[in-house]
Amino acid sequence: MLDSLLQTLESTSVATAIREGSVLFPWIECVHVLALTLVIGSIAVVDLRLIGVTSRDRGVAYVTAAVLPITWTAFGGAVLTGMLMFSSNATTYGSNLYFRIKMALLVLAGINMGVYHLAVNRGVADWHTADTTPTRARVAGAVSLCLWLGIVAAGRWIGFTINAPT
Amino acid sequence: MAVHSLQSFCKWLASTSPSQAIQTTEWIIPATQTVHIVAVAAVVTSALMIDLRLFGIRWQDQAVAAVTRRFVPFIWWSLPVLLATGALLIVAEPARALQNPVFFLKMALLIGAICMTLACQVPLRKDPRFWEVSPARRRGAQVMAALSLPFWIGIVFAGRWIAYVQG
Repeated sequence: MLDSLLQTLESTSVATAIREGSVLFPWIECVHVLALTLVIGSIAVVDLRLIGVTSRDRGVAYVTAAVLPITWTAFGGAVLTGMLMFSSNATTYGSNLYFRIKMALLVLAGINMGVYHLAVNRGVADWHTADTTPTRARVAGAVSLCLWLGIVAAGRWIGFTINAPT
Repeated sequence: MAVHSLQSFCKWLASTSPSQAIQTTEWIIPATQTVHIVAVAAVVTSALMIDLRLFGIRWQDQAVAAVTRRFVPFIWWSLPVLLATGALLIVAEPARALQNPVFFLKMALLIGAICMTLACQVPLRKDPRFWEVSPARRRGAQVMAALSLPFWIGIVFAGRWIAYVQG
């Protein structure tokens, strides 16, 4: 079922053009890397604030309001370009262990973020200094940093376990 | 002649035992690239944050000097990490970079981006309000911000194209 779905995806004209052209894939990958550097960079700004390392003179809510729109825009770009690259060899990526690990880590990062928004950031308006960041928020920041590091690593390992330029 | 000696240098470097060790240990190159990308993320995001302040799009309630002080250290501290991991990748596969025009394009863009970061930062040391004292200075800072972003983007793009272009 999943296999035939991936095969259908792979045979679409967009996927075929990316797979058979020599410049489309590298350009899409360039945009993917640019987008992901902005995703993890901007998330790190928030996470380091949550942990209490940087921006300590500013409230957490102030930092997230300034940074998260950048994160979401870049994330949209990374997802779109990622899906385009995936489509070009959907069956190969779909069965790649590191691709699966990367998707699992992305889901975990999403869950971590959901938990943060639903439960952890209650009282966020009062977190104006590092000392007022509760332990649960510091844990959420540290978990997020580790997950995104893992996502970058898994992404790189996909490149080395699939027959493509690295 | 120069091309020939570069070629033999690459061949020699690739035959040394550190290079051989990296080549035969599968995880070193992807692990090094992961650290390299994370450091690139720190640099590009920090440069963007400073540029957005110069444009007046983010952190408007803080002085340019304050935003620069917060983010510019991430650029300078990431550079040695980038040089070290980049050097390791060159030792692993010398010809991939040293015989590749895109690698030299990337280095040229890097020098340009470093110069622009210094041009933004150095005047602030003498006068923290340097970029805010007059409309002309503010515009100058915005022109610089607009010019520096394509350099950083070019560095990221060139970095990826190194893998696809052969010398």
